[in-house]
Amino acid sequence: MSWFKREDNEIVNDAERTVRTEGLWVRCPGCRQVIFKADLESNLYVCSKCGHHFRIGARERIESLLEPGYELVDLDLRSTDPLEFTDLKLYKSRLAAAQKKTGLNDAIVNAIGSLGEQPVIISAMEYSFIGGSMGSVVGETIARAIDRSLETRHPLIIISASGGARMMEGIASLMQLAKISAGLARLEDAKVPYISVMTDPTTGGVTASFAMLGDLNIAEPGALIGFAGPRVIEQTIRQKLPEGFQRSEFLLEHGFLDAIVGRKEMKQYLSQALSWMTAASS
Amino acid sequence: MAEKEAGRPQGNTAVPPVPEAWIRTELARNPQRPYPMDFIEAIFTDFSEIHGDRSFGDDQAMSAGMARFHGEPVMVIGNLKGRTLKERVARKFGSPDPEGYRKALRAMKIAEKFSRPIFTFIDLAGAYPGIGAEERGQGEAIARNLLEMARLRVPTIATITGEGGSGGALALAVADRVLMLENSIYSVISPEGCASIMWKDASRKQQAAEALKYTAGDVQALGCVDEVLAEPEGGSQNDPAAAFATVEERLRFHLTTLRTLSLDQLLEERYRKFRNIAQFYTSEAAVPAAASTGV
Repeated sequence: MSWFKREDNEIVNDAERTVRTEGLWVRCPGCRQVIFKADLESNLYVCSKCGHHFRIGARERIESLLEPGYELVDLDLRSTDPLEFTDLKLYKSRLAAAQKKTGLNDAIVNAIGSLGEQPVIISAMEYSFIGGSMGSVVGETIARAIDRSLETRHPLIIISASGGARMMEGIASLMQLAKISAGLARLEDAKVPYISVMTDPTTGGVTASFAMLGDLNIAEPGALIGFAGPRVIEQTIRQKLPEGFQRSEFLLEHGFLDAIVGRKEMKQYLSQALSWMTAASS
Repeated sequence: MAEKEAGRPQGNTAVPPVPEAWIRTELARNPQRPYPMDFIEAIFTDFSEIHGDRSFGDDQAMSAGMARFHGEPVMVIGNLKGRTLKERVARKFGSPDPEGYRKALRAMKIAEKFSRPIFTFIDLAGAYPGIGAEERGQGEAIARNLLEMARLRVPTIATITGEGGSGGALALAVADRVLMLENSIYSVISPEGCASIMWKDASRKQQAAEALKYTAGDVQALGCVDEVLAEPEGGSQNDPAAAFATVEERLRFHLTTLRTLSLDQLLEERYRKFRNIAQFYTSEAAVPAAASTGV
């Protein structure tokens, strides 16, 4: 005989009275603490406890840098699958799935707008679209951003977030490295500013082309940046890699970055650097 | 017992034929195949090697030097794979470190200063993936070469003689003319690497080789290389002299053609070629109203 007895045995769990908690909290991979998602969002997806920079999409990135009224351009290009590539899945269906998931046609977004007072062209990569990999569409879209910069003389900012060339487009994706680098050579000759912003991760063909070719190469803290992927190196040398290898701090130490800039300071940094580059000399 | 026998595949019918792409891959990697330095020695005279990148070291996987082509002063650059095991280890099986690419660029800048045409020869599996290479900026070294080669003020001709391995090969191949030998390959990734990533199984390399469409013929069909040079029957290793003669003749032809252009035309044509290369995209709306966020 119990002292307290439940009268109705059914626990009512109706949607109206229940507070749903799934998706409201996220665990920070940096400090393992649980963070309220709304707090994280308002903090540009930087952990307020440890400063870990979460990956963000191209559109959020552009939104965080440009003044309202900017324009997203070159969004209509889609890959034609030049190799008709099939591995375990059709490349075409991988593309369709990524398009559905991200609402983008490929792993890149171009924007025209103002960063503070400064008109700029931004090309931002979308990591959630097949690992931000670079195929014909990404190559052409970045090349168009360079063309716009050449035409208007507005500074170019490319924000990288990519595993490298897109293997499903084979040699065609390798050629994009040459295409973009040839454009950047023209931009340099024309003395138009170009700042490369590397975010987690920036590897392979992206590192081996435009990401390393800025007048300034800067990166977010803790981003993985390298040419060969860590697994490939481990297999080659048959050793574990040291802690912090190929992170932003490692590249700064070895002389391949001009600065590590936190996401919340990024706009200020870019604005100051571009003003230094473009101000009329007295 | 009889049932078991019946269940067995008959003869070799269950074994799929080896794809042509894989046969060519093995030819491209054949250790008897002439290497870049063999072509350089056979085609050029007075080769005088220059060493070092002036900042770190002298990469043993890359060679550059002053030479003469039919008497004319030129710069030649090629990577080195090595023939003996000892040599192969010293040359990292042909994969250059950043200082190799920087040495190559230094040689190209010397050629530019003295208005000498540049010939590069490529046969490498890829840029070396190692801790030192990352510390010294493998990505930056390759990137710098791509940018600088795009605007070199002299004629440039690149020849892929065996393996054209991804960015490591492209770093010598942003040229006015890019030629491939018939049994060479030019790929964004090795078939082994592709198989282990896409099929999660490195033994699917033959399938990956086929899917990547990286044989000389396929790459030409995709418009990513200017000319494919025929090889002697069965591959260049069977008759190196014939292979050298073909390459020499084509290099001479292309250099003569490039010579007819003014410097401005040369630079503009090179830029246009790479600006318009591999444009595999469409801006037509997808058949089902696909995700489009056009503004």
